[in-house]
Amino acid sequence: MSEFITDTSPAPSGVSDALSAKKSMPGALFRTLRTGAPVLPFLVYVTLGLLLPTVAIINLAFRSNAGKLTFNNLKVILCVSNSTTCSQYRVGFENSLKLALVTSIVPGILGTLIAYAIATSKHELFKRLTAACSGVLAQFGGVNLAFMFIASFGALSGVATHWLADVGFNPWDHGFDLYKFWGVAFVYMYFQIPLMVLIITPAFAGLKESWREAAENLGASSWRYWRHVGLPVLSPAVLGGMFLLFGSGFSAYATAEALTTGTIAITPIQIGAILQGNVLSGEANLAYALGFAMIVILLISVIGYALLRRRTSRWLR
Amino acid sequence: MASLELGYVLEGDDEVMETFSRSNSSKLWFRRVRWGRGTALFLAAAYFIIPFYAAMQFSLQNKYGHFSLQPLTQIAQAPLFLSALWLSTQLAIATMAIVLILMVPTMIYVHLRMPRFRRVMEVITILPIVIPPIVLIVGVDGVTPLWLKSSQYLLALIYVVLAMPYVYRSLDAGLGALDLKTLVEAARSLGSGWVSIIWRVLVPNLRSALLSASVLTLALVFGEFTIASLDGWTTIPVWIYLAPTNNARINTLVAMMALLATCVVLMLIVSFDRKSHSRRN
Repeated sequence: MSEFITDTSPAPSGVSDALSAKKSMPGALFRTLRTGAPVLPFLVYVTLGLLLPTVAIINLAFRSNAGKLTFNNLKVILCVSNSTTCSQYRVGFENSLKLALVTSIVPGILGTLIAYAIATSKHELFKRLTAACSGVLAQFGGVNLAFMFIASFGALSGVATHWLADVGFNPWDHGFDLYKFWGVAFVYMYFQIPLMVLIITPAFAGLKESWREAAENLGASSWRYWRHVGLPVLSPAVLGGMFLLFGSGFSAYATAEALTTGTIAITPIQIGAILQGNVLSGEANLAYALGFAMIVILLISVIGYALLRRRTSRWLR
Repeated sequence: MASLELGYVLEGDDEVMETFSRSNSSKLWFRRVRWGRGTALFLAAAYFIIPFYAAMQFSLQNKYGHFSLQPLTQIAQAPLFLSALWLSTQLAIATMAIVLILMVPTMIYVHLRMPRFRRVMEVITILPIVIPPIVLIVGVDGVTPLWLKSSQYLLALIYVVLAMPYVYRSLDAGLGALDLKTLVEAARSLGSGWVSIIWRVLVPNLRSALLSASVLTLALVFGEFTIASLDGWTTIPVWIYLAPTNNARINTLVAMMALLATCVVLMLIVSFDRKSHSRRN
């Protein structure tokens, strides 16, 4: 832009500047290309492996099976049209959102409390051990985790179920069902809580001891300290962590599939069913629409996380 | 769960105590914090240990219900288990080879010459949250040509994408801790070419970062279920889910062994990282 401006100016120095800039333009482009060339394989791989599939999802979400542009797929999954299977996908979507909300808020709060208990501990070894453990447990999940819970809390042969039954409290007699919504949420907590501990622990380091001392010197009670200092500083980090947990709970497929053998009506499971061909003919493109809807929701949660993380880092310096 | 929250409610309530006696308050407050923390950590430990221990007990018993290591010997004889293990191993090797060959030179170059490009790579590391495996496979199915769809190595190609964030983070930390410029200039002034710089100077210096990158990739390939099952390949997690055994204990045992292996391997990475840090300091 600035070259255009100097071009029109009558000053001779400006003209010569513009000329030299023009001359070096292809050179600069060439230089940029040459500097960038070594990252080209990486960029090509990401384009083919990540970008192209994403573009395909967005494109095909708005196509009918005949390839025509349509909003019908989205109408079906959001249930604004009068399709027979319409309500099924709408319910799945609502269940997914509910599951993600429950498994982000509850483990978010519990994870924060546990991280606080760990952060205020005086034992260095204990801190290290719990940090390592949460790193490991946050990686648990999928089929292995589901099988672990079936073996321990299953209805008939679950070992922990037997222990609880022996002391007179069989959870299955009190409304607990491992293979329904709350059971799945119970299992998700196993990786969501450690994930929250991992995310939130650095934020406790930003909570300076001197602030607490200052508040106490000014006569603040512990409650007022938390109300006016502690929570306002921590809340962006806690909220940001919850956004991330929301994404992780919303998109988990393997754990729910293995635990419920695909009977729970949530969006990832429904996408899986469509891909496996368990669907009415002519609805194959619904998988793209469902995938597109998931991308939109997940994008919102990641943007929320990124914005809140920027606010958190202000206190961590 | 309620008592866990209760422990913390009590903790926040110490203002009441302070009004009673100033001299005693700090001690009592301290004890209450300890008590609250103890309860919280105890309940957390119970939630994390009980399922693990119970599932271990479930899978490690003989037909009389007593503890026994004998089921371990039955794993290898379980139908199709070895072929699943072999498939997972092949995929793990292919994925690790591709992801390291792709990422290591790129990241060394970016750290040396294009530091601003790290922003782009950081964005890419957050993408798998926006496009999780269940969504990615939908798109991949839509664009993959048929000849590639029928190959098991399509899985390895997809796993490379999934592994990129882990590999990026490990290598970024490793490269950040090195004085890359000095190392490279010293090697170049001694007359070595780029291949030998990477292979004989940088790779040995990046050993712990490379190790954690490859181990995380390994764990990813051995644990990935979504894409493998929807593409119809019987890798280890798919085998655990669908295994044609007449004995559910064996499947659970394999699942528990996989979890234990993840534990051990990740713990090793942590301790290895710490050792190299303390050596550097």
